[in-house]
Amino acid sequence: MSIDLSIVLSGEFGQWLLRGFLLSIELTLVTLVLAFPLATFVALLRLSPWKPLQGLGFAYVEGIRNIPLLAHLMFWYFGATQLLPEGTRTWLYEHDAESICAVVALTLYTAAFMAEDIRSGIRSIPTAQFEAARALGFGYLRSMRLVVLPQAVRITVPPLISQTLSLWKNTSIATVIGTAELMYQAQRVETATFRGAETFAVTTVAYLAVSGVITLLGVLYQRRYPVRAA
Amino acid sequence: MIDFRNVSKFYGSFRALNDVTETIARGEVVVVCGPSGSGKSTLIRTINRLEPIDSGQILLNGEDIHRPGLDVDRFRSGIGFVFQQFNLFPHLSVLDNCTLAPMKVRRLSETEARERALALLDRVGLADKAHAFPAQLSGGQQQRVAIARALAMEPPLMLFDEPTSALDPEMVSEVLLVIRDLAHHGQTLVCVTHEMGFAREVADRIFFMDEGKILERATPEDFFERPQHPRTKQFLSDLRSPFARSV
Amino acid sequence: MIELIHNYWLYFLIGQYPDGPLGGLVLTLLLGAAALGLALPLGVVLGLARTSAHRAIRWPVTALVYVVRGTPLLMVIFWAYFFLPAVTGHQTSQFTTMLAALVVFNGAYLAEIVRAGIQGIPRGQSECARALGLSYWQTMRAVILPQALRNMLPSLVAQFVTTLKETSLGYIIGLSEVSFIAGQINAQVLTQPVQVYTTLALTYFVLCFGLSQIVLEKRGARSVVTR
Repeated sequence: MSIDLSIVLSGEFGQWLLRGFLLSIELTLVTLVLAFPLATFVALLRLSPWKPLQGLGFAYVEGIRNIPLLAHLMFWYFGATQLLPEGTRTWLYEHDAESICAVVALTLYTAAFMAEDIRSGIRSIPTAQFEAARALGFGYLRSMRLVVLPQAVRITVPPLISQTLSLWKNTSIATVIGTAELMYQAQRVETATFRGAETFAVTTVAYLAVSGVITLLGVLYQRRYPVRAA
Repeated sequence: MIDFRNVSKFYGSFRALNDVTETIARGEVVVVCGPSGSGKSTLIRTINRLEPIDSGQILLNGEDIHRPGLDVDRFRSGIGFVFQQFNLFPHLSVLDNCTLAPMKVRRLSETEARERALALLDRVGLADKAHAFPAQLSGGQQQRVAIARALAMEPPLMLFDEPTSALDPEMVSEVLLVIRDLAHHGQTLVCVTHEMGFAREVADRIFFMDEGKILERATPEDFFERPQHPRTKQFLSDLRSPFARSV
Repeated sequence: MIELIHNYWLYFLIGQYPDGPLGGLVLTLLLGAAALGLALPLGVVLGLARTSAHRAIRWPVTALVYVVRGTPLLMVIFWAYFFLPAVTGHQTSQFTTMLAALVVFNGAYLAEIVRAGIQGIPRGQSECARALGLSYWQTMRAVILPQALRNMLPSLVAQFVTTLKETSLGYIIGLSEVSFIAGQINAQVLTQPVQVYTTLALTYFVLCFGLSQIVLEKRGARSVVTR
């Protein structure tokens, strides 16, 4: 049994893998864009001085984080879609329901983890900074925006990059609901060609390549913007 | 017993030890003093190879301690070292701290190790704390346990690296008394310290170090009454200032 | 909903046992515990290698850890699924496949936790042990590792919670852990997907949240889930 990468890399199969790879990247980017604001919002909820809001944030974070991504995906794709009115559901199925459900599940899941990283980052800024801002007359939100968050950014970016890495790997789980991302395509190619070793080797390299880029970005960021003590 | 021959050591471009040559005899009590950064801690740490040297030789009982094929662990087990930060093992009781090395390295049985440990703890005045944990002891007590722990290996040579510098003032004497007791029993001892009163009373010789060199070595009497080197004189006069606590 | 629970609770809990292999929630727990139990020694070995003074040991292990951590778990599972039979010579069950994948994957993550734990012990501790004449291995076993493992406990619990969540990926290779069972139930009932999957979600929540709270009660931190 010889190893022949060309079967897997060229022609139809190469196209499948490429499309899958691009969709994985797309899923990652779209999720990031949606999850980050959501995560910041949840983090601020948990940090707010009002107990009910704190509780809401806590419930979101713990509720989402303690459930595996697979269960989230299955819930949104098999469960939640059935709750939609007939018309919306049909529209959804005609417009790549798998990817949409994947993005919904991934966004909620990733945001829960990012919220905690953002919250830790903000909490690491001494309260004295926030108090000084309030003493100058700024309200809660403006104090956050002008004084605390800019300082928290440097501390928060490395863990967020780490979450991005996790997100990139998590896109592979969307295959269970039929999202045609890289892992799904890899399975398709393997079934069609019986070339398991080559297919998975190429797929692994693809994942590692992007993982490497993300990790590198993290290292470069930390080198360029090291955390400065107050 | 210990021979330094042209020993030099660098940290990058900083010269920590500068061509040191000296001999310490068996049974001698030597106190090493000097300003911070003078190399006194480095010197003592090279004796049991906690620090490597860059040039020169160190001989223990005539044998090069850096010779290839030397069993470093066995070599170290013959030298007792007491650290400034005590370094007791927090997850073990006082007794277990003292029996660990004898059992693992000297292969003593548990009974023998315990007997020896309890005798030593008694000697440093802490037999009643045998089953306590380090976190429950004061700094002075911890350091005395550290001394007992080192003694449990029955080392011919004991090294002390600023044993009282991390202690609150009221606990310094309880530790110095233990070290003095060892000196009076003929233990070969090298002690790095700022406690000049202790040096005067207990040392056979005092070494003054600065910038990696031993600038003066003398008996306590000669050292305090007739210092030769200008920097020694400077050091001693700084010590006699109204705010200095020793001498 | 009540009827749903009434009909399927046992199936959900233990799968087809005793008429078939053990499944359901019990299988999830067993798999998780076995995976972590085996991954921990592996993690300690790899973590020690990562802190080794010898480059010949440190570099390959570092490379291995980075490769495993940069790959999705699903990929590792597929590797195991397709190649374990070839390597071992016989058919490997889904349980064994999943177990192997989880042990390797979590071993690499634990390696980092162990490494951080070891490097978090003050240098004075190992210096002192070596000064007493203890060898490197004696120092690790008697002085460094006991303290490091104790400090690592919250991270270890977090890792167990993560491992329990990871068992859900057994679904993809047909292992009858609790997510797979939920899928089966849904396929039989057809009309109550929301209820089925909400129950699944709740089960994981109670399990994972409950576990992290029990351990953290003692340490005052709020939560432990990180991946």
